Amino acid sequence: MSTLTAVARNAEGFLERVEDWDRELALEIAREAGIAELTDRHWLVVNYMRDTYIKTGTAPTIRTLGKESGVQVKELYALFPKGPAKLAAKIGGIPKPKGCI
Amino acid sequence: MRHILILGAGTAGTVMANRLSRRLRSQLRAGRINITVIDPDPTHLYQPGLLFIPFQESFRERITRDRAPTLDRDVRLVAAEIAAMDPDHDTVTLADGTVMSYDLCIVATGARLVPEETEGMMGPGWRESVHEFYSLEGAEKLGYALHCFVGGKLVINVVEMPIKCPVAPLEFAFLADAYFTNCGIRDKVEITYATPLDGAFTKPTAAQSLSYLLEQKGIRLETEFNTGRIETTSPAWETAATSTEPRPPAGELVSWDERRIPFDLLVTVPVHKGAAFIATAAGLGDAMDFVMVDPHTLQSQRKANIFALGDAANCPTSKAGSVAHFQAEVLEENIVRMLDGRALEPGFDGHANCFIETGHRKALLIDFNYDTEPLPGMFPYAWGPVPLLKESRLNHLGKLAFRHAYWNRLLPGRDFPGIEAQMKRSGKRMPAAVGS
Repeated sequence: MSTLTAVARNAEGFLERVEDWDRELALEIAREAGIAELTDRHWLVVNYMRDTYIKTGTAPTIRTLGKESGVQVKELYALFPKGPAKLAAKIGGIPKPKGCI
Repeated sequence: MRHILILGAGTAGTVMANRLSRRLRSQLRAGRINITVIDPDPTHLYQPGLLFIPFQESFRERITRDRAPTLDRDVRLVAAEIAAMDPDHDTVTLADGTVMSYDLCIVATGARLVPEETEGMMGPGWRESVHEFYSLEGAEKLGYALHCFVGGKLVINVVEMPIKCPVAPLEFAFLADAYFTNCGIRDKVEITYATPLDGAFTKPTAAQSLSYLLEQKGIRLETEFNTGRIETTSPAWETAATSTEPRPPAGELVSWDERRIPFDLLVTVPVHKGAAFIATAAGLGDAMDFVMVDPHTLQSQRKANIFALGDAANCPTSKAGSVAHFQAEVLEENIVRMLDGRALEPGFDGHANCFIETGHRKALLIDFNYDTEPLPGMFPYAWGPVPLLKESRLNHLGKLAFRHAYWNRLLPGRDFPGIEAQMKRSGKRMPAAVGS
């Protein structure tokens, strides 16, 4: 099992390589962000985001997550306080949502 | 006879049709191939010009032209709405029920605005205190609203990504700052930029070199703001002039986590989706109805004889005219290879090249691809190098001159000397390798 110190991360703590990710790392990143445990609901979101990113090269938006992942938007904010799009991406080992500059 | 069907004659569809027409001319004239383009709108809109309409720096007649003359004479234009596509049977059905079959289909139907996806957006304030500038009608109405605006809270907001021309809302904020400064009422206008992303600039080098812009222009920034709904009280013009009481805001922008941003004038960028027929062709589009393609060959993941380019494709790069232009060059080659039965070339690298207006007749230039973020340096245009990621008057002139190049070089499908489909690293200052 890899640990956080062994993988390359950028200045904001996102994984540099999507393929470095595993469930252990996800847990460690979550704890670092103040989420003590990842429940089934957390995993539903994290897996959906990661799958979408790997399939399309882009993570889904909050609104799409609320419609497609099986978790309502309000609950997303309860699961991933402050910024679900960014935090769930970080836990899922994919880049944060970005603009063109 | 082999039929190539191009759906949509915006930037991507038009460039594609004209490039293929020139490349396949002898086969077209010999009747071995035909190219048909389907688009319901008789007018071609120069979309980069929309940004200037609200500030009365451009107008309808300057940014629109008849569609038919923009297409090569060997291309057939069918003016019709597309109702459905059936990838299993290689057919497209038009709104009047006509069924057209194809050997090869290129989807270039772009992105459409879906304001109804956001609760309250199309309420009583729509086109009164709630505006958009991504359509000609919207940009003109917003121009009227800006002209009547005497001060208060101006909020510029992106509901969610992806959107066409991702920097346009930021450019709008910069131009609004300059506009109100020139009107002499900048001190009466509070400008807020609300974005779902974690900053106005989200890539490290751009963030480092451009963050001063917002501060310099006094633009408030609200980040990770995911718009849940818009609450409008009454149209701004009703309460504007008569009372001496402080007037209530025209409405509030409310995020999913219940943050509220009051506004007197809201300039929003509504949710974007692909064409409606993509949603009903199972397996063709993603959750937002953008066609799922291989990001390098532009071939549909659903079926080998379908391709997509421009805003209609789900490539993880910007939805921008320059991208459509570069993709067309790659796709022209791949269509010819497909017709010849040869392997496709994974030639598209996500290349985009865009001018960004920063107000007061200055602009930036950015040049990037899937792997390389916008970097500083000099861009080697054929008529001389221009600075990258740095404000200059030369770039502003470049943006204005581009309108001419759009109609006369880009749409006809001619190459731009010195600008290739693949991004060049020369002239760019690469950051020192960090981390991995």
